[in-house]
Amino acid sequence: MTNEASTPGVEAVASSVASAERRPIDVMSLYPNDMNIYGDSGNVLVIRRRLALYGYEPVMHYYNQGDAWPERVDMILGGGGQDSGQGKIIDDFFTRADLLRSLAADGVPMLMICGMYQLFGEYFETSEGRRLDGIGVIGAYTVGQDVRMIGNLVERSDDFGDVIGYENHSGQTFLRDGVAPLGRVDADGRGNNGEDHTEGARVNNVIGTYMHGSLLPKNPKIADFLITKAVERRYGVFEPRVTEDARAELDRLEKFASEARRVAAGRPR
Amino acid sequence: MVKSNGQAGLAADDVDVRQAVAAPRRPWTAFATPAIGKGVRALSRLLKHGGSAFPGKIVEQVDPGFLARTLAQLPLGVVLVSGTNGKTTTTRMVASMLRSLGLKVFTNPTGSNFTRGVVSALLTEVSMGGRLDADIAVLELDEAYAVHFVRQVRPRYALLLNVMRDQLDRFGEIDNTARLLSHVAETTTGTVVLNREDPRIARLADVVPSRTGVYYFGLSDDLRPFFPTDDDMHRKDAGADAATAEGAKPDRPVRPALPALPADVVLTKVGDHHADFLMDGRVYSTDVRLEGVYNLFNAAAALAVVRAVAADAIDAAGVIGKDIHPTDDDLIAAVAEVTPAFGRGESIDVNGTEVELLLVKNPMGFRLALTSFDPAGHDTMIVINDEYADGRDMSWLWDVDFTGLRGTGVGMVSGVRAWDMALRLGYDEVAVGDVDPDIDAAVDAFLAKDGGRPKRIYCTYTSMLKVRAHLGRIADVADAGVGRE
Repeated sequence: MTNEASTPGVEAVASSVASAERRPIDVMSLYPNDMNIYGDSGNVLVIRRRLALYGYEPVMHYYNQGDAWPERVDMILGGGGQDSGQGKIIDDFFTRADLLRSLAADGVPMLMICGMYQLFGEYFETSEGRRLDGIGVIGAYTVGQDVRMIGNLVERSDDFGDVIGYENHSGQTFLRDGVAPLGRVDADGRGNNGEDHTEGARVNNVIGTYMHGSLLPKNPKIADFLITKAVERRYGVFEPRVTEDARAELDRLEKFASEARRVAAGRPR
Repeated sequence: MVKSNGQAGLAADDVDVRQAVAAPRRPWTAFATPAIGKGVRALSRLLKHGGSAFPGKIVEQVDPGFLARTLAQLPLGVVLVSGTNGKTTTTRMVASMLRSLGLKVFTNPTGSNFTRGVVSALLTEVSMGGRLDADIAVLELDEAYAVHFVRQVRPRYALLLNVMRDQLDRFGEIDNTARLLSHVAETTTGTVVLNREDPRIARLADVVPSRTGVYYFGLSDDLRPFFPTDDDMHRKDAGADAATAEGAKPDRPVRPALPALPADVVLTKVGDHHADFLMDGRVYSTDVRLEGVYNLFNAAAALAVVRAVAADAIDAAGVIGKDIHPTDDDLIAAVAEVTPAFGRGESIDVNGTEVELLLVKNPMGFRLALTSFDPAGHDTMIVINDEYADGRDMSWLWDVDFTGLRGTGVGMVSGVRAWDMALRLGYDEVAVGDVDPDIDAAVDAFLAKDGGRPKRIYCTYTSMLKVRAHLGRIADVADAGVGRE
């Protein structure tokens, strides 16, 4: 196994392909110390594992406030946080705002869950009327409300089919005209704002959503979309090299995921 | 901002409970309350009414002062135990240790950790005249109900264990859970005992009233990595290499060194059914019957609060009519005698096969259980339900590191969310034998494997009840989690 991870917070994982050619993909987990409530680390694990099974070499960067920005980033994953967690990262986040905007515009795939989804929008207005800025990658704004939207959720997405997850948020997010939602929900009282039946947002290769559970394990299509975009951007074309063992493992995960999706879709809210 | 309104349906949060301790309203019918309550209880048993808290509900309505009035008789007051993990076992330990010291103890039965459950339990204990024959009460209360409780009854002692991510869909966020416990700390009249290793708990010392004492229990430096706090756990996820089987990779310190608060009781060494405790500069070594390393830390917590009670009991000898002079050796002997509670590492003989049941409620508990019990030598089964009492959100499974099971694999996965669990194990590269959401069928198939090889079953709360009920049909198993210890 090749391991060039001598810097703290960086690590390379052996790819499952016995090839002399290394094909690293640099994956960043954004603020994992303070923004990974509700199992958001599950998304990071899924990306890392699937990259390896496809014959790429995931190089993981765990970026926290104050850390040096890595030389290369092919994908960014962000999660939800508590008020206190958001308070801790916010200053650093604004110093990285231009960088994140340019990477997003340049097609770097990103998945932003819950709190980071809101911070990738334009602003958040608390129920007391206090306004907190976001970085405006996603044309959306959020207003605080007293009612929490919480529970199992299925949304229908043109690109990914049914997206299965669990939402838990009190902010109401509204998309600007022309901004595509990640999916649509059937009933009131759920999704982005409980009113317009949208959930999440998709801008270029950036996905924002309230879905956790964790999101990617039960929605491998979204995981593979992020992986494909990251690989295409770096190497031009997505060419998985899957060993026999890796194929068996991907099949096993596919079976578990499809059964878990079926069960989750039928559970009470 | 995302959880700016993290409080999920608990109106108590912003009430200043220091002012809210209610003067017990005593209705003219109060003399009849024990009789009414006992009558309802007998009737509900006769009718096989499911909820053991039902009589409590009736009494709360007809005589809301009953709880405070009854507990006010206790010469040594109330010990309130709360926190996310370890409440049940710790409460049991405290009660058992106080009994060993010769005190008469009232405690709430396993699982009824809400005010109404306490009222119901009191009804079975009081005389028709309303007298409670006990010196002290040791009550386990869920974080949210602890707030309701302290509005009615000020505890003399509070033992606050930890705050972890547990059923966040109920409590909002963990900072909020800490806020709930701060109401307990600020209403306690005698001694507050805090976990110095959990920053959110240690910080509660700031709100303890000036005349109330503060004691801490803690860990020696070398034991801290065995007992990560909620923050440590997420820091580890964030930085450690989960792809390596050995787990922790110290490329950054597990926890920044805390300014050492003076601890009354420190756990300094853990072994197989063995522990060392440091108290007043002396190390006490003892065997224990409790299962799991985390229960040894709970024992340190129990020791700290029992020491505080014991000191007061000496002064109160006249009031309680007993001369109690326990030494620390007596307390350690009492720790050695405590037995595991329902679902906390109990071992059941099922027709010649040893079956160990472990209750897992949240990521930290699951993690500690997995690191406490060596999977080698046992077949492992995991049962995950998602009923309200278990938590509907499956996200928590992704906060547990299962790589320690790679060597043995998991023989059977069951419960409503069996496939979610299998998927979780799949991504941690753990082999999965069979998956069957039907708990009864899965238990049968699991027990039939490998003849008499010992079995270990990890269960969420409602799946534990089902597994026990099923085992009860095929073997002799004590009633599941209801009634007195």
